[in-house]
Amino acid sequence: MSIRTLSYAHAIREAHAQLLRSDERVFVLGQGVWSPWYAGASLQDIDKEFGRDRIIESPVAENATTGAAVGAALAGMRPIVFHPRMDFMFLAVDPIVNQAANWSYMFEGRIGVPIVIRAVINRGGEQAAQHSQAVHSWFMHVPGLKVVMPSTPHDAKGLLVAAVADGNPVIYVDDRWLYADEGPVPEDMYEVPLSIAEVRRTGRDVTVVAASFMAREAIRAANELAARGVNAEVIDLRSVKPWDRTCVLESVAKTGRLVIADSGWTTAGIAAEIAATVAEERLEMLKAPIARVCLPDIPAPMSRVLEQAYYRTSADITATVLKVMGR
Amino acid sequence: MTSATPSISLLRQMHRTMVLIRFCEERIADLCESGEARCPCHLCIGQEGVAVGVCSALTDDDYVWGGHRSHGHYLAKGGDVKALIAEILGRATGCAGGRGGSMHLIAREVGILGTVPLVAATIPLAVGSALAAKLRRERRVSVAFFGDGATEEGHFHESLNLAAIHGLPVLFVCENNFYASHLHLNERHLLDNLDKAGELHGVPGRRVDGNDTVAIYNATVLAIERARRGEGPTLLECRTFRWRGHVGPALDIDVGIRRRDELKTWYEHDPISEVRRRLVEAGIDETELDLTTKEVQAAVDDAVAFARSSPYPAPESLADHVYFRSGGR
Repeated sequence: MSIRTLSYAHAIREAHAQLLRSDERVFVLGQGVWSPWYAGASLQDIDKEFGRDRIIESPVAENATTGAAVGAALAGMRPIVFHPRMDFMFLAVDPIVNQAANWSYMFEGRIGVPIVIRAVINRGGEQAAQHSQAVHSWFMHVPGLKVVMPSTPHDAKGLLVAAVADGNPVIYVDDRWLYADEGPVPEDMYEVPLSIAEVRRTGRDVTVVAASFMAREAIRAANELAARGVNAEVIDLRSVKPWDRTCVLESVAKTGRLVIADSGWTTAGIAAEIAATVAEERLEMLKAPIARVCLPDIPAPMSRVLEQAYYRTSADITATVLKVMGR
Repeated sequence: MTSATPSISLLRQMHRTMVLIRFCEERIADLCESGEARCPCHLCIGQEGVAVGVCSALTDDDYVWGGHRSHGHYLAKGGDVKALIAEILGRATGCAGGRGGSMHLIAREVGILGTVPLVAATIPLAVGSALAAKLRRERRVSVAFFGDGATEEGHFHESLNLAAIHGLPVLFVCENNFYASHLHLNERHLLDNLDKAGELHGVPGRRVDGNDTVAIYNATVLAIERARRGEGPTLLECRTFRWRGHVGPALDIDVGIRRRDELKTWYEHDPISEVRRRLVEAGIDETELDLTTKEVQAAVDDAVAFARSSPYPAPESLADHVYFRSGGR
């Protein structure tokens, strides 16, 4: 299998193209799917390649558009719904949470909803509170949904392919801050299994668990920490619902310390769920209190000065790990 | 344009199905009253004409979507009566295995992919199954049944526009029974013009007497032909009345309001009597129609017996089907 370097955004585009080519049930529906302004390179000219019958630009109607995708999925199609900003996806919560998530259970598994809902985290650049939110944890709370958050071009492609194949409603969260990142991507179509984490860096002193953009930052932090004599193990969750408990618990059993980094808010977020699970299952193994590196419970601000104080990066992870290490 | 007047054999079938729905609903009302049925049941007694008029113009391949008050839609489309009663009694043999109850009905074999109670929620789903049919170049149409209350939700207006812009084969059927739970239409809408709700989007609308089953059938045939020709969606406003309360078996006391005077008028305009009158006028012997009634009654009795003798779902199955597994059932 030939492997070459692709950007995160181009890897997403390649997954779309291969899915559309190999499965006539697949179509794309959403706002901005014909426009690079909304989708960046992730859907560049895909309408020209596959036609506007299958790449469907929708009216400004998140609710009906997402509901229609749920209906099409129930009728045997494999839609990928595109929400260019997660904030606007709030207008589609009924079809996602009440309908797609519950359908299999409500009807005793007689029918599933094979839908992928692509939610883009698109923040920074002084866009402020309604153009910046990362609310993957909301969806993590709901039985019946799966939530994936790729951090690398390789996983961006493989998780999208796996999400479409899965047959359940999958929220696929991609982050504009990762679009330009480059990495090795196999040319063939492949799946990255849902619910399996990846150990990005092995270490013995502390476990750092993260997803998406914060997984990239965690690797940067681990490199800085290595120079200061701290050997951090970095786990990239990739799937946050269901998440890979075995991988995290085994790592914590080895290191005895845990730092969790997430690009969402602190309260009731991914980090809270993982911390609770580790406290339930491995408390006796912990050599230090668990620490979280998440957004404070504050809406996203506008001014660049406030933004800098608000968003978390590798420096915050490094500082938190050092504190947990007692340094 | 084809003339759509139903044949005598179709009219007979309509009569039978309407009587089935009526008996079923009355029996369910009894089961609610006795406490044997405990899930919320929204009965459609008095509204049988809409479900039967519309579904008589459809094939098994066509999709039908409903809401909280969908026993009639399920039976009119050909759903199994035993699986319905068993579902309402929470049995493993129910159409949803006892996980859904009255408000969650499914009959995939006849195009019902699920009815759910979140008001207006299945309207965009119907648009989606119509989109699927269009993408696959199939001739099947999708029908969304919903009440007058659903027209106040954003789902409805977004869906009209989405269906219109893509010319999708959808029939939007508004069963206007004038009450959203306890609140009358005129306390929720400034104007009484639901048939015009699609005009802004280029979706033609028609107001039909919801208790005139033949009129509904005729209007549906025209709308369906239009949809199958690729000319897009139609909205039907069917004006009707439910004889029971919003939920449960109560006759005229509805969540704090009394409707006795209104009910009297509507009793005189019973959709079943209307179809029966047409059959008799066409020369059908009344004893034949009485026999149909008896046969249907026996079928409902059988369904209740079947449900009562069916097992409850196994407690060990509680966590099954949170995620779908193809071929899992």
